[in-house]
Amino acid sequence: MQIGKILTTAAAVALLGAGAASAQTLDAVKGKGYVQCGVTTGLAGFANPNDAGVWEGFDVDYCRALAAAIFGDTEAVRFTPTTAKERFTALQSGEIDVLARNTTWTLSRDVNLGFEFVGVNYYDGQGFMVRNDLGVNSALELDGASVCIQTGTTTELNLADFFRSNGMSFEPVTVDTSDQAREAYEAGRCDVYTTDASGLAAQRASMADSSAHKILPEIISKEPLGPLVRHGDNQWGDIARWTLNALITAEELGVTAANAEEMKGSDNPEVKRLLGSEGDMGAQLGLEPEWAFNIISMVGNYGESFERNVGVETPLGLERGLNALWTDGGILYSPPFR
Amino acid sequence: MAVDTAEKSERSLGSLWTDQRARAIFFQLLTVIGTVAFIFFIVNNTATNLEQRGIATGFGFLESAAGYDIGQKLVEYTPENTHARAFLVGLLNTLLVAAVGIVLATILGFFLGVMRLSHNWLLSRVVYCYVEVVRNVPLLLQIYFWYAIFLVLPVVKESIELGAGIFINNRGMQVPRPIAEPGFWAIPVALLIGIVAAKAVGIWAKKRQDRTGQAFPTISTGIGIIVGLPLLALVVTGFPVSFDVPELGRFRFTGGLTVFPEFVALLVALTTYTAAFICENVRSGIQAVSHGQTEASHALGIKPSWTMRLIIIPQALRVIVPPLTSQYLNLTKNSSLGVAIGYQEVVATISGTTLNQTGQAIECIAITMAVYLTISLLISAFMNWYNRRIALVER
Repeated sequence: MQIGKILTTAAAVALLGAGAASAQTLDAVKGKGYVQCGVTTGLAGFANPNDAGVWEGFDVDYCRALAAAIFGDTEAVRFTPTTAKERFTALQSGEIDVLARNTTWTLSRDVNLGFEFVGVNYYDGQGFMVRNDLGVNSALELDGASVCIQTGTTTELNLADFFRSNGMSFEPVTVDTSDQAREAYEAGRCDVYTTDASGLAAQRASMADSSAHKILPEIISKEPLGPLVRHGDNQWGDIARWTLNALITAEELGVTAANAEEMKGSDNPEVKRLLGSEGDMGAQLGLEPEWAFNIISMVGNYGESFERNVGVETPLGLERGLNALWTDGGILYSPPFR
Repeated sequence: MAVDTAEKSERSLGSLWTDQRARAIFFQLLTVIGTVAFIFFIVNNTATNLEQRGIATGFGFLESAAGYDIGQKLVEYTPENTHARAFLVGLLNTLLVAAVGIVLATILGFFLGVMRLSHNWLLSRVVYCYVEVVRNVPLLLQIYFWYAIFLVLPVVKESIELGAGIFINNRGMQVPRPIAEPGFWAIPVALLIGIVAAKAVGIWAKKRQDRTGQAFPTISTGIGIIVGLPLLALVVTGFPVSFDVPELGRFRFTGGLTVFPEFVALLVALTTYTAAFICENVRSGIQAVSHGQTEASHALGIKPSWTMRLIIIPQALRVIVPPLTSQYLNLTKNSSLGVAIGYQEVVATISGTTLNQTGQAIECIAITMAVYLTISLLISAFMNWYNRRIALVER
């Protein structure tokens, strides 16, 4: 009888524990007072600590936007640096609340790993970087090359597919972090460094002799990078999704960090709904009415964040390209705030 | 309860509590229940959480195509192969570095151990410094150190050519790969015959020595037979071996056999690190043999080299072997640090890339743990057998 009692208690505790682990991330986040955000271990322009040790970058801005939406405070966020290998386990186990780490949205990650991608914050594709003096002008000339790749990424699979479908061979040099990959490439351990084109630009920007390397024209894959959350907590997923959409919509409507305050009195009803002076968008998400106003006034809109971190004026020098608004020839498009 | 409390007049619960045996059984029962409940909780919690998050479970993923390539492979492998095959490639890489590492570390460790006891002051001090430096620096740092050294070797275009088709650069060492031609079967057969013959000579020599007291140079004869017979077979069959010589292609050397710098860096780090510990084991083992043994041996007129081989070492081995087993286990498990420099061993394949591509963390980690457990238990079993064999036979 004693055994039965203990087992029943244990089972009840187990079920309760299991239940509590997945429900209501928003309440848990509000309870602890900050968002735990998974980012890279350091990729210039996307997530990197600056001289003062403060995290900066395009993905970091998304995390700060989320904190602004929930707490009205961009500092209410803590960052967990994750390698490509660790990132999914960190999210699955609940160590982090959201992962904003140049992560490609794929079917198996969305379905089999139990995640929910909330959108795309950077449309990317896999490219190749080589030394100029190698005399290679196209990825199709790379037969027999040795290639540095970061383990646990979709690039690892794309690479094998690309070489196989073009009847070429390669020697993989597989390392753990993007910095190690860059070091191996710089030391000449491999001829080619491959990752997402944005990552190549970031890595080239942090090389001593960046002009001695070039990025080949071929983009061999679609890499829609976006933030993701655990599957099963729809409220949290909605907040994460609409935080991203608010950033994009703000750019579309011309709302910036500087003019957000005065735009509150705009005649455009969608601007008013976005900034919380009309409608109950915030309440529907379980947030304050000014959630999106806080995001935009504190972090800026999508375009501002892009130009500040990775745009043409930065060392990365990335064009908007596909990531321009749909009205400007890109494919960036947010569902309406209605 | 089956506790004998016959001597006690009353069998109340209170008396059970004061009975030491009853109390012991009660606490043991409590511990068992606690452990079972804890395991049940862990398993149940994991299963419930996995189900709630819609994460697939099971080992079916091993049968799907891996999709990624591996640099160093001892068996045929392409990205089209399954995850199970990728796991095998990783496992063989682990076994390779562990096996070669154990052999080299043992040889180096024994030499260092003997040198450590040398009467030559300089020699023994040099080994002392080596041991203190190497065993007090974290292994991971040493692995990085050796890898960094191999990376500053010349780049491919400026390879060092050693002649005979051997090249060294920072992508490893390229050597000609021997290819068996028809008729090659004679060589392994000759080798096998050589081993059997050497063993037979050994048995015959021992019998003869027991009978007549005459010693026979068994070791040199044995080596002669084992090396000589295959060589003879090679000549007789007209060298049925051709070589695939590495050639510099547009990017790297193709053909031939490549010894990867990741492998060599890991091997060197593991060998030198473990050898420092083995050196100390050997030193303590030899010092554990009473000096009277040496003196007695010399008094009997046995020459110093025989004294070492036949009297000191066999007794020292009894002290050396048990801690040596631990060092072998350490070396094998430490080989998992190779993942830091991209050596594609079992941690890098099954619980690295495969885990990441499939997301089956629990299954992959379980497989990896099972692998290390199995290898370690096998090494332990072998070393325990060897330890029993050399143990003091009491008559």
